Amino acid sequence: MTDTSQTNAPVKLSDAAIRRRMIAEFWFYFSQNRGAVVGLAVFILLVLIAVFASVLAPHDPTTQYREALLVPPVWQDGGSASYLLGTDAVGRDILSRLIFGAQYSLFIGIVVVSIALVGGIVIGLLAGFFGGWVDSVIMRVMDVILAFPSLLLALVLVAVLGPGLTNAMIAIAIVYQPHFARLTRAAVMSEMKREYVTAARVAGAGNIRLMFKTILPNCLAPLIVQATLSFSSAVLDSAALGFLGMGAQPPAPEWGTMLAEAREFILRAWWVVTFPGLAILISVLAINLMGDGLRDALDPKLKRS
Amino acid sequence: MVRFILSKLLYLVPTFLGITVIAFSFVRILPGDPVLLMAGERGVSPERHAELTAQLGYDKPVVMQYFDFLGRLLQGDFGNSLVTKKPVLTEFLTLFPATVELGLCAIIIATLIGVPVGVLAAIKRGSWFDQISMTAALVGFSMPIFWWGLLLIILFSGILGWTPVSGRISLLYFFPNVTGFMLIDSLMSGQKGAFTSALSHLILPSVVLATIPLAVIARQTRSAMLEVMGEDYVRTARAKGMPTYRVIGVHALRNAMIPVITTIGLQIGVLMAGAILTETIFSWPGIGKWMIDSISRRDYPVVQSGLLLIAALVMVVNLLVDLTYGLINPRIRVK
Repeated sequence: MTDTSQTNAPVKLSDAAIRRRMIAEFWFYFSQNRGAVVGLAVFILLVLIAVFASVLAPHDPTTQYREALLVPPVWQDGGSASYLLGTDAVGRDILSRLIFGAQYSLFIGIVVVSIALVGGIVIGLLAGFFGGWVDSVIMRVMDVILAFPSLLLALVLVAVLGPGLTNAMIAIAIVYQPHFARLTRAAVMSEMKREYVTAARVAGAGNIRLMFKTILPNCLAPLIVQATLSFSSAVLDSAALGFLGMGAQPPAPEWGTMLAEAREFILRAWWVVTFPGLAILISVLAINLMGDGLRDALDPKLKRS
Repeated sequence: MVRFILSKLLYLVPTFLGITVIAFSFVRILPGDPVLLMAGERGVSPERHAELTAQLGYDKPVVMQYFDFLGRLLQGDFGNSLVTKKPVLTEFLTLFPATVELGLCAIIIATLIGVPVGVLAAIKRGSWFDQISMTAALVGFSMPIFWWGLLLIILFSGILGWTPVSGRISLLYFFPNVTGFMLIDSLMSGQKGAFTSALSHLILPSVVLATIPLAVIARQTRSAMLEVMGEDYVRTARAKGMPTYRVIGVHALRNAMIPVITTIGLQIGVLMAGAILTETIFSWPGIGKWMIDSISRRDYPVVQSGLLLIAALVMVVNLLVDLTYGLINPRIRVK
């Protein structure tokens, strides 16, 4: 974009000032959505919990206290103050496991979204920029991936690659990637018609520069929204894979895996089932609330109405 | 219209071929010798190994193997299960009605609740009803349904003792399988209590499976209604003194329903993914549980063909949704 900004504007703002204004404007629209602000606050709290897990957790997440099996939460009869949310069937502190589980969920979300985002952007840019048969081939392949129900394809991919956290993340990222590719392609195709792209091309910008420096920055808004929504789906789907025994393997304190281990105790000890699921729900809800706010703030169509 | 249908059908061919390539390569990517994999722990003698390899065509080039695979598919041969030795297609067709029954009930629940809630929320925009229902929709949309199912089991089966925990019907009842739909078969059998038993088995799983589609439908209905209510023809209808219920029922709702119908149709993929989890939790003998069991038993022919059949099914339903959309909305057809 620097190639086209050589005009004599009446007031010249520095790049930093423009960026500050953009952020201020973004925050103005984002903060109008109360839910989004609450979501953001919960999400920041979650990040802090994950980062300081080893300080916050009262116990080690995998230590089994044999004298304290299935101890109920502190407010129930038989509860103990040293295990605030009770213990599971092998005597591990549930609160500590939940705290360490936050690390897993955030890590999974970040890895999945990063892989899917980078892959999708590159593929979408290629399809949208070159068009023609490149576009047709790429988009047909994306259609094929989208034809499968996402969880089913991820499951089968994990079955091929072998159960485990890494493979689960790769599988989920592969399944999500077409959404990013489609969005990038659509955005690139509409930007390609703009004059600033022609101007940059005339000024001698090569294909790589045109794709990544000229066009891509102007396509980011929908991608950011999609990334947020994919983050929450990734947390949900990886928990589902863990629940089905295909994700993180025991004794990892991953929330979905915890639920799988707790299944046989549902009618005897409600707390081993309730809290991990609540943790998943709260995290996913917070991220979705944030995503709604981001969409309101980044979508110019909604903004002015 | 014929042209529209044909172009849509033609469009499906490459996608379908792509699906077969994925399903085919799935077994080929698996590490290890496929014959040894099928032989399992018992092992196999070198002579028998060579014989099986030739019989299954694994000695041919991969491309040839793919075309053999495709040829068999087109003849309706989806292979046999390693565990039960039965044809995969037969197993699929036996279990399929259970999933359809569950999925249909779920989508009916989701539509019957989701559409009115969405309409009401849009009409009373900003009211407490709008806020509460949309918050609930967002919670439903974020729900880990495998956990939600477990919670409902704790409450309704554990504490209240109202519903059974698993299966499709109590073992006390036995009647011929006519339609494959337990609700209909139990009614036709005329046995006392059979229908109630089938219904009480069905209710929790369908509520769980309906959760996410319900949230999506309610949100979509609300935003479609809001959009339509701002249109000129709605204002005109109001201005000429038409009663509110007619403005909403005739002018707004009909037009708002077009995107909503598409949304409902597109929930089939969501339902299939949800069925995997729901059927696992409630031991519901359908396609989802069959796939999970086959994956954990390493019954690869079932996984391969199951994947293919489900993807083809989703594709066909999406096509039908597309065609219906074209039927309702002529603008799509012309494009």
